[in-house]
Amino acid sequence: MLKGHQTWVFKNKPVILATSAVGGPFESKGTLAEDFDILHKDMWLGQDSFEKAEKKLLEEACEVVLEKAGIKKEDINVFLSGDLLNQIISSSFTARTLAVPYIGLFGACSSSMEGLSVGSLLIESKAADYVLAATSSHNAAAEKQFRYPTEYGAQKPPTAQWTVTGAGAAVLARDGEGPRVTCATIGRVIDMGISDPFNMGAAMAPAAVDTIQAHFRDLERDPSYYDVIATGDLGSVGFEICGDLLAKHGLDIPEEIFTDCGIMIYKDDQPVLAGASGCGCSATVTYGHFMRRMREGQLKRLLIVATGALLSPMSYQQKESIPSIAHAVSIEM
Amino acid sequence: MSKKKKKRLTPTQQQYQQYAKQREPKRPVFLNCVRAFLVGGLICTLGQGLQWIFMTYFGFDEMTAGNPTSAVLIIISVLLTGLGVYDHIAQWAGAGTIIPVTGFANTMASAAIEHRSEGYVLGVGGNMFKISGPVITYGVFFAFVVSLIKIMIKELGGM
Repeated sequence: MLKGHQTWVFKNKPVILATSAVGGPFESKGTLAEDFDILHKDMWLGQDSFEKAEKKLLEEACEVVLEKAGIKKEDINVFLSGDLLNQIISSSFTARTLAVPYIGLFGACSSSMEGLSVGSLLIESKAADYVLAATSSHNAAAEKQFRYPTEYGAQKPPTAQWTVTGAGAAVLARDGEGPRVTCATIGRVIDMGISDPFNMGAAMAPAAVDTIQAHFRDLERDPSYYDVIATGDLGSVGFEICGDLLAKHGLDIPEEIFTDCGIMIYKDDQPVLAGASGCGCSATVTYGHFMRRMREGQLKRLLIVATGALLSPMSYQQKESIPSIAHAVSIEM
Repeated sequence: MSKKKKKRLTPTQQQYQQYAKQREPKRPVFLNCVRAFLVGGLICTLGQGLQWIFMTYFGFDEMTAGNPTSAVLIIISVLLTGLGVYDHIAQWAGAGTIIPVTGFANTMASAAIEHRSEGYVLGVGGNMFKISGPVITYGVFFAFVVSLIKIMIKELGGM
């Protein structure tokens, strides 16, 4: 089960029965628009606040995934979810709607893979037959909480990232057809002293490096084992640092298999500066784009390294640096 | 970075800070200045034009025309904020749209819109000055300090 210091190897390989991705108006103009199950034209989703809109995104992602998996919500033994809003309200309120056993998670933008790895562990240990793992983020709700009002005219630096409006969900089961979760590496919190909330890519890059190194060290594996290795939301600045640091530590990942969800999701002409971020970033790209490619047989082995910046609006005002984390999950077809 | 903060960081962290700094795309400072000059100048020219209109057609004098002029600029700024255009202009113009009175109107209007969902009292009322509050606080404080200095110099026969 435990291999090396921090990697879980799943003998029974939990199956990802189905996945779903829901996005907003900005995502519908992006590169991966076709991989979403539902795309909304309205930032508000017909709700009267951004927070309610985010809850709606998550509820829809859960609804769609249950339908695709062909199971009822009563079959879900555990619902694992996390998001960026204070006290993870989007997750807990969605759990209220679903009325299934629920464990709330917080790993900031790494919540997607945190949920998937913990869910796989629950399936593996027979604590659950069906696990629903989900996460969401909403651009305006995150901006409101972490930065300035959305309509405020402050100029953002070129290192800033755009929070994805989207939610992703996956149903895990013991048996069935679909991609399987083979192992997961749980990351350590790494803080290299970056305190600029407009440069989270640079803050999170060392955490991604640490987890990727741990993954290959624990499993005694070579990066070429995978068809794609994707980091969660480092953006162009963080991703470049991540690649350089890995090379510096003697771990060369071939350029053609190494990518970042935060760079993939939007087109170059969209005004997102360094790229995308948020829980919804790695969730929608993994559950929407990568899972489709796996089911179509284009990918066999995938490693997702979801990165998270564990800051709060108060911590950076108090001049604290940004602690970061990354969790890696290996999915094979 | 301040000295105090640097002391708290380990050598590895400091090394990484430098490393990350090199990889940061630079802010286009010169270009930002040019844009700020152009847009800021444009807003001021518009203000000047408005003042002229109020003086020529509405019977204001040079002292009193300032009030309706700023009022018109504020209304335009608030409208553009509400229509969701102002932040896009500001990303391009930078300081050009922040510094004039239009920027101040934008801080209040954007915060008011943002917190409408928490109600009129605790939401709009409580958060409207979230960003503009410091400007008022320190504006009033420094005006007080400067006037004290002026009075002192005057009393000592300096002016």
